[in-house]
Amino acid sequence: MRIKKFEEKLFRVLMLLSTVIIITALSLLIVSITIKGLPSLTWEMISQIPKGGYYFGKEGGILNAIIGSLYLALGSVFLAFIIGLPIALFMNSYLVNKKKFVGTIRFFLDLLWGVPSIVYGAFGFAIMIYFGLRTSLLAGIVTVTLFIIPIMVRAMDEVFKEVPRGLLEASFSLGSTKSETSFKIMVRQCIPGIITAVLLSFGRAIGDAASVLFTTGYTDYIPTSLAQPTATLPLAIFFQLGSPIPEVKERAYAAALVLTIIILVISLLSRFFSRKYDKHKINF
Amino acid sequence: MKFCVGRLTRSKFHHKWMLITVFIVILMPILIGIGLYLKSRPLLLQANLSELIFSSEWRPLSGRFGFYTFIVSSVWVTALSLLIAAPICILSAIHLTKYAKKWFLTIMMSVIDILAGIPSVVYGVWGILVIVPFISKYLAPLFGLEVSGYSLLAGALVLAIMIIPFMLNIMIEIIRIIPSELEEASLSLGATKWQTIKKVIIRKAAPGIVAAMVLGVSRAFGETMAVLMVVGNVIKIPENLFEPAYPLPALIANNYGEMLSIPMYDSALMLAALILFAVVLFFNLISRLIISRLEYN
Repeated sequence: MRIKKFEEKLFRVLMLLSTVIIITALSLLIVSITIKGLPSLTWEMISQIPKGGYYFGKEGGILNAIIGSLYLALGSVFLAFIIGLPIALFMNSYLVNKKKFVGTIRFFLDLLWGVPSIVYGAFGFAIMIYFGLRTSLLAGIVTVTLFIIPIMVRAMDEVFKEVPRGLLEASFSLGSTKSETSFKIMVRQCIPGIITAVLLSFGRAIGDAASVLFTTGYTDYIPTSLAQPTATLPLAIFFQLGSPIPEVKERAYAAALVLTIIILVISLLSRFFSRKYDKHKINF
Repeated sequence: MKFCVGRLTRSKFHHKWMLITVFIVILMPILIGIGLYLKSRPLLLQANLSELIFSSEWRPLSGRFGFYTFIVSSVWVTALSLLIAAPICILSAIHLTKYAKKWFLTIMMSVIDILAGIPSVVYGVWGILVIVPFISKYLAPLFGLEVSGYSLLAGALVLAIMIIPFMLNIMIEIIRIIPSELEEASLSLGATKWQTIKKVIIRKAAPGIVAAMVLGVSRAFGETMAVLMVVGNVIKIPENLFEPAYPLPALIANNYGEMLSIPMYDSALMLAALILFAVVLFFNLISRLIISRLEYN
């Protein structure tokens, strides 16, 4: 009997320990990035583009990368939304009675979700070469769009799935078409979920480096057209970290802090919006 | 009447657009496979696949491309990270679902979400700041070694931290969908809580836990930036945990610059991407099949 009790106690301690490890990892992550990044994070750094000699530790900032990343993320989230929203609606209003087909689509989306971003990068590069494009903002947007479509659709799908059938049937019985039901009823009912899905994919788009490594290139200027190469924040961190000069390395830590802050803000925003719009929902 | 036609046309248009987008998604994996295959074809015509995979000779300048070193590195990093992450995830998932208070679970779900959303570059920076110095200053001297810290172990540790939120999330879901009647039946027969967990919950959740681990493996296998930054990138099969390694994704990411200037180099890197794609797809396929069967039951 004593052994049994001992076993349970042992495992409870182990379990608690693993949970503590996870919490410690997160806090350690945020604390160490903040401690290292904060000293070299100046206003100058986030408001200026690199000047001559920036990569040797002279003046300038990473505005080019911040703006580039925002352009890239906005463009690809917009494209992914245009393609993704119809897929998610289609699966849950038109195909509501075809469980098998919906299952197949979900299966493919899950497969795509699992594909590593570097593979998307290589694929994007192959397409780019095929069409004779050079590294540009456009090529990056296309690649990142492919990468975030499955994320966005699956996130929306999870919300649309929860819409009660009665709501759809009520709408159909009043004579509205399937497209009206999906765009006017389902979208409105699920706005918090849609915002969360969009913000989630925005976070992914802004934080991913491997898929843009091949396709967007790198430049010290803020792009003015889709055909120009673009700097992105993750790559700015990566390149500066590779420098042997301490000042440049310090800035990489600061840039990592900027990226982390952006991601945390997005995460908080999505929580805030999903609470705020939750009250417009029709409850059953 | 005209108004009515307008509505119907719009509905039809939306239907068409939706069909097109769905087919894009279904075609995507196939298109990626074909695209990468076409790009790696020149190399495949020159040498056969098993030769490329099992040769460890990597000399791009003389046209010798052997992926063995990189594949072994990838397998080691992935296996180690799973070894570290899996027990932590399983224990923590049981703790959070069965022992912890409800508010704690809610908080932890947010923590997991945040951890999962942090970009891999940031994990890489963290690895350089914390894990690498920890290994070179404290861990390696314990074994009497003097190393830089950029090593197989550093890569595995960073990867483990990265896949924990991902696996934990799935495991919590899996344990949650186990019907509570099973647990109650076991408890009412006089089993203790721990016995119930051991004999009922874990047994019932086992396929799901395996599936989550397989998904974690596929995530780890393809992870690029974070690993690349801490793993050392030396083309040599690592002999112990503290030696640098060079996994496949790092190979692709590190050499994209030179790839167009050396003949066949781009083909070789695309082949590396294709191998990565095939392996990850295979792992995903298995785990999704297990999970969908679980949900079906």
